[in-house]
Formats: sequence, C-alpha cells, structure tokens
Amino acid sequence: MATAELPYQETMPLHHPKTWIGKYVFSQDHKVIAVQYGITAMAVGLVALFLSDLMRIQIAYPEFMEWFVEDYYYQSITMHGMIMVIYLLTAFLLGAFGNFTVPLMCGARDMVFPFVNMLSYWVYLVSVIILLLGYIPGLGGPTGAGWTLYPPQTITEGTPGADWGITTMLASLAVFIVAFTMGGLNYITTILQARTRGMSLMRLPLTVWGIFIATFLGLLAFPALFVSAIMMILDLKIGTSFFMPAIVSLGQTLAHDGGQPLLFQHLFWFFGHPEVYIVALPAFGVVSDLISVHARKNIFGYRLMVWALVFIGILSFIVWAHHMFVAGMHPYFGFFFATTTLIIAVPTAIKVYNWILTLWKANIKLTVPMLYALSFVLTFIMGGITGLFLGNVIIDVPLSDTYFVVAHFHMVMGVSPILAIFGGIYHWYPKLTGRMLNDKLGKAHFWITFLGTYIIYFPMHYLGFIGVPRRYYENFDSSFYPASAQMLNEIITWTALVVGFAQLLYVLNLVLSYFYGKPAGDNPWGANSLEWCTPDTPPGHGNWGGKLPTVHRWAYDYSVPGTDKDFIPQTVPQGQSS
Amino acid sequence: MAEAAQTEQGPLTTIVEDWSSDVTTFKAVPWGKAMMWIFLLSDTFIFTSFLVSYMAVRMTQTDAWPEPSVVFALDAFGYQAVPLLLIAIMTFILITSSGTMAMAVNMGYRKRKVAVFWLMLATALLGLSFVGMQAFEWTKLIAGEGVKAWQNPMGAPQFGSFFFMITGFHGLHVSAGVAYLAIIAWRVLRGKYDNTNFEIVEITGLYWHFVDLVWVFIFAFFYLW
Repeated sequence: MATAELPYQETMPLHHPKTWIGKYVFSQDHKVIAVQYGITAMAVGLVALFLSDLMRIQIAYPEFMEWFVEDYYYQSITMHGMIMVIYLLTAFLLGAFGNFTVPLMCGARDMVFPFVNMLSYWVYLVSVIILLLGYIPGLGGPTGAGWTLYPPQTITEGTPGADWGITTMLASLAVFIVAFTMGGLNYITTILQARTRGMSLMRLPLTVWGIFIATFLGLLAFPALFVSAIMMILDLKIGTSFFMPAIVSLGQTLAHDGGQPLLFQHLFWFFGHPEVYIVALPAFGVVSDLISVHARKNIFGYRLMVWALVFIGILSFIVWAHHMFVAGMHPYFGFFFATTTLIIAVPTAIKVYNWILTLWKANIKLTVPMLYALSFVLTFIMGGITGLFLGNVIIDVPLSDTYFVVAHFHMVMGVSPILAIFGGIYHWYPKLTGRMLNDKLGKAHFWITFLGTYIIYFPMHYLGFIGVPRRYYENFDSSFYPASAQMLNEIITWTALVVGFAQLLYVLNLVLSYFYGKPAGDNPWGANSLEWCTPDTPPGHGNWGGKLPTVHRWAYDYSVPGTDKDFIPQTVPQGQSS
Repeated sequence: MAEAAQTEQGPLTTIVEDWSSDVTTFKAVPWGKAMMWIFLLSDTFIFTSFLVSYMAVRMTQTDAWPEPSVVFALDAFGYQAVPLLLIAIMTFILITSSGTMAMAVNMGYRKRKVAVFWLMLATALLGLSFVGMQAFEWTKLIAGEGVKAWQNPMGAPQFGSFFFMITGFHGLHVSAGVAYLAIIAWRVLRGKYDNTNFEIVEITGLYWHFVDLVWVFIFAFFYLW
C-alpha cells in the first residue's frame, strides 16, 4: 500500500483561542465539543429518567400522587420517549462518542470543519432549550401525544399541549436535525477524507465503522422527520390538511378535509426505524472494540462485522412499516415488511456470534467496561429475540400496544445502547481526563443497573402476554387486570426507583474521579487503536503534537503468539511487536 | 499484503481495496467538495419526502385537482391563457443559470478571477429573476385565483398546500443560493482563494446545479402531471 502525501491533514490550520471562553465554551476542539455534547445529553437524560420514575409511581400506586393528573402522565410519556431516543441516545452516541473517537481513531488533528462542528453543538443546545420551553407554565405544557406524535390526535383539542407543546416539540426536532446534519457531515467527511497514513477503511476500529454507517443513516432518515415536522406545523398553524382528514372533534366538525393520517406514520417510521439503528450501530461498534480490548483477543471476523454493519444499514430503510401492522395498511405490505424485518436478523446474528466467538478461549478481564460490554450482548440478544416475535404480523397484532412492546424496545434500543454508552465512558474516561474512574463505584453502578433493568423489563413481557395495555394512566379495578399484574407493577416501580437513584453513583464517580481518580497513564487498558497512542494524555489541541502517526496494522493485534506483550499498537510497523 | 491479495482476488475485492486505501477515499477531492456532495445527498431525501408525500395525497384525493394547463396559464402577447408560459420562461432561466455557473467553474480552474466574478454574478441575477417570477406566480394564484395554502376554489385544498410548501421550500433554496453565490463571487474577486485551486467555485456550482435539478422534478410533478 503506497503511502500518500498528507499536505493538508498534517498542516491543517487549527483555531488557537487565547481566552478561556474560546478554549472551553465556544471551542472548536472536537474533544471539548464531545464533552459539551455528553454533559448536555446526560443532563437532559436525567430529566427523562426522573419523568419515567414519576410514571412508574403512578402506574403502581395510582392514588399516591394526587397532583399527577392524566395530562401530566401523557406529557411525561412523550417527553421521556423523545428525550431518551433523540436528545440523549442519538446526541450522545454520535455527538459525544462520534466527536471524541472519530478524529482520534482516524489519526486526524480535528474534524475537517471545526467551526461547523462547534455550531453543531450550539444548535443542538438550542434545540434542547426549545424542547424544554414546552414546560413554560400557563401555556398548556409539553405535548402529550406520545413520542410518535401521530396526527390527528396530536394537534386536535383535548390532547395535552395540542397548541404550544406540539409547536415547541416540532420546532425543537427541526432544529435538532439541522444540528445533527452539521455534525454528521463532519463525521463522514473526516472518516472518508482525513485519515492518517496507512489508515485504510479496513483498518478502522469498528467503533468508527459503527458511527460512520449510523451517521449515513441519520443523514438519510432525518429528512423524513424534518418534512413531517414542517407539514404538521403547517396543519396546526395555517390550517392545511396534509395529515388531517375530515374529522369531528369534541362535537365540532373541524375545517380540515382530505388529508392522510397514514402518510405521517409512513414518514415518521421511515425516519423512526433507521433511528433504531442510528442508536444501535455505534453501540455495536463500541462494544466490538471493548470486547476485543478487554478479552485481549482480536475481534472475530472483522470484515464480516463491517459488512454486517453496512447491510443492517441498508436493510433498515426497507422495514419501517413493521411499526404499522395495526395501522390499517394493506395486508400484502405487512407480508413484505415482515419478511425484510426477519432478514435483518441474519447480519445481526452474525455480529452476535462474532462477539461470542471473540470471547471464546479469550483472556477475559472483567473490568467495568467489559462488564458493560458483556451485559450489552446479553441484553441485545434478549431484546432482539422479542423483535422476531413482533416482526411477524400474526404475533404482533395481539401483542401490539401491550407491555410486551414496551419490554422489547426498552431492552433492544433503550437499555442496550445505554449499557454500551456506560461501557464506552468507563473505557475512554482515562484518555479524556487522564484519570481512572473508581472501580468499586463503577462495579456497584454496573450491578445495580444491569440486574435492575432485568427486574424491570423481564416481567413486562409477561404483563404484555396477559394483555396489559401500554400508555394507560390507571389500570386499577379493570376486570381483566389480575392481582399478579398489580404485584409485578409494584416490584417494577420499586426497582425503577432504585435504578434511577443508582445513576447518581455514576454521576458521583464522574465528578470525584476527575479530581481524585488514580492517574491513568497513556494506555491503561493496553489497547491498540490510535487514540491510545497520543503523545499527551489527555490529548492536546491538534491531538498528535508535531507529526501525525503512521498506521501499519489493524487495531486488533492482541495476544499475537511469539510476542512479549499481549498487544501491538497500530503504529508499530509490521514484523515488529512493540 | 494488500497488493498480493488484489491480484489473486476478484474485481469486487479490488474495488473495496481502492476505496478503502489510506488517507482519502476519493482521491483529489477537497474536503469541502466531499461534504457538499454528502449534504446534497441528504437534501435529496428532503425533496424526495416532499414529492412522495405530494404524490400519495394527490392519488388518494377525491376532490377535483386543478388542471395545470389552465391554472398555470398566462395572458400574454395578445393571446388568452397561454398554458405554462411563465413556467417555461422560469425553467429556461434556471437552466441558463446552470450554464453560466458551469462557465464560472471552468474560469475558476483557469484562475481568471474577474471572469469568475461576473459569471457568478450573472448566475445570481438569473436566480434572483427566477425568485421574482415565482413571487409573481404566487401573487397571481393567491390574489387572482383565490388559491391559498388552506383552500382552493378549484377543488382539493391540498393543491395549494403542496404547491406553496414545495415551491416555497425550493424558492428558499434558490434564495440561499443567490446569497451564497454573491458572497463567494465577492470573496473570489477580493482574492480570498488565491492560494487554492478555486475549488470553492465548483462547490458552489454543485449546490446550484442541485437546486436546478430539483426544479426539473418539481416542474415535472406539478406542471406536467
């Protein structure tokens, strides 16, 4: 492989701020932007966590919180879902991990357009603020339509926040998409055009591959949400009828006529399904790297892992209507979408087998990041298998809108990516700050979170089978609602409270370790990928000091026979071992 | 290792090896140009979503849909109601502006800054006249024929809704393009890009041709269907 010249990559002009504000607030350094994204996403995620605990208390003890009326419940459902999916998971995995890992793992000095990258964060912050404006008192509160925002109910009288709340929600989403686009263009261009010498695409760590494919999905899927947000705002504000059929609401015939509610569902899920993989693929990538590093063994089937990511990405665009089996589509559509949905199981299963085969006879170190990576694989299998149930029309119809669905998507795209995020944070925190996170606090946090989520979501499958509907404000006194369901709901609620408060351990760990953590050194895990080869820890502005590194091998040379150490960093030439 | 593998394996492997070679995937493509292409890919999905929504709603409409040759006709040159006259002129102007843009790109690579400036300015002015005629068309529809975004005396209200939304969104793209062209033209003349190969002109041109291409689809779906 010929070594190309790096005229621009090497000497890329970097913005060197003089002031504190320029360095840490309006910074163009990808690492600072990553931290800003991360902190904002976690803060807003804690809000969503708090909302979920309120809902759990309401479900288990409907008479306990008198002030928590129906509207609050529905508003909490909506905000919890939207914040978790968009403003926490998407923003964290791509905004925080993407920004931190892409230039470091590719061997670039920064993103290709640092100024646009900085704007991306600030526009994201604006979208978060607009979202929270929904809570301004006296205006009816945020929307309570559920995170899918289906019209006509979303914008008709009687739904909480049908005027102000939905406006802030849609505006916030549109602004978020602008922010995501600015960041996403940067990630893709950096990965494609700004790698260092010797760093071919097929030598990239899988984290970068996951982020790369997920960003592509985002750039192609978010437009559908953007368009539906514009159309819904027009329906609401100037009285068009894109999504609104002729309708009688609260005894009054509305002025709308001739629109298609189903069109919104198609647009929404054309975004919504790839969104699942926007969240899942970076998690796949991170977990692949964590497993390989902490099992001291090369990832099994690297090329197949890459192609599986690519095929999952492509397939994710032709499965969207499996979210709409009960929406009144033509049954042949259901057949088609059920088939494509089940086909996705093939590349996904390849990934799971490869993770397991990577662990086979490996020198597994049960560090905190590894615990999280292993729990991700387990949880993803659980959530993925219930996906096979729901992917079949005939099983989906009776299970639709029950707690089975809640259990499925929380396992597969709620808990799993969060576990991967925690794993990634415990893994990269030493590089980011130069200090290790506390191991005991980390393990306590892990076991409470991991076991807790199983106590929370496992019983929900059973609740779904006996027909407990999701999104109900109060289930008391229904004849079909057995005592066992009530008992389970109380257990789930208590566990959810414990898990919710346990997250404070993690926040505490982040803060305390920053000041008092054990110094980490340059490469505490003995990892190969480029971010562990920086001359300074934490990496300085421009990442690599005077000269960009040269890559000679893939990122997975662990425990190579006949070498003195069990890892060979990517910068070590072929034929040498350290 | 890679070279040896290439000779033994099939053409598909060779393509993968080429694309995945180190540093850059697309050789001699500046960062800004790669980024613009990816942005345009994303923007394509926005317009596609708009147009597919329009088709879906129009096909299931029970109310009458206005006849394009009637509703988009214009009285001119002593003739009554010439079908699609205005839109033909608008389309011609926009496609001409793509021609001047292409010439600007060519002049850019020859480093003839003054020619680039005037050609980009001509492109911007043609774009501006397109937006002006669009404003005229909107006025005629709104004030003359009573078509609003929420109502349509000739049948389905969705006609106005989609027409104003999609042509409006496209018009915003053209307006943004006019501003973009003007700024880049000025900066070229001021010598901001003298150390570069003037690829910025081509990047601006990519955006402009894209906006032009989108118009061809909007034209086909609204005026010829």
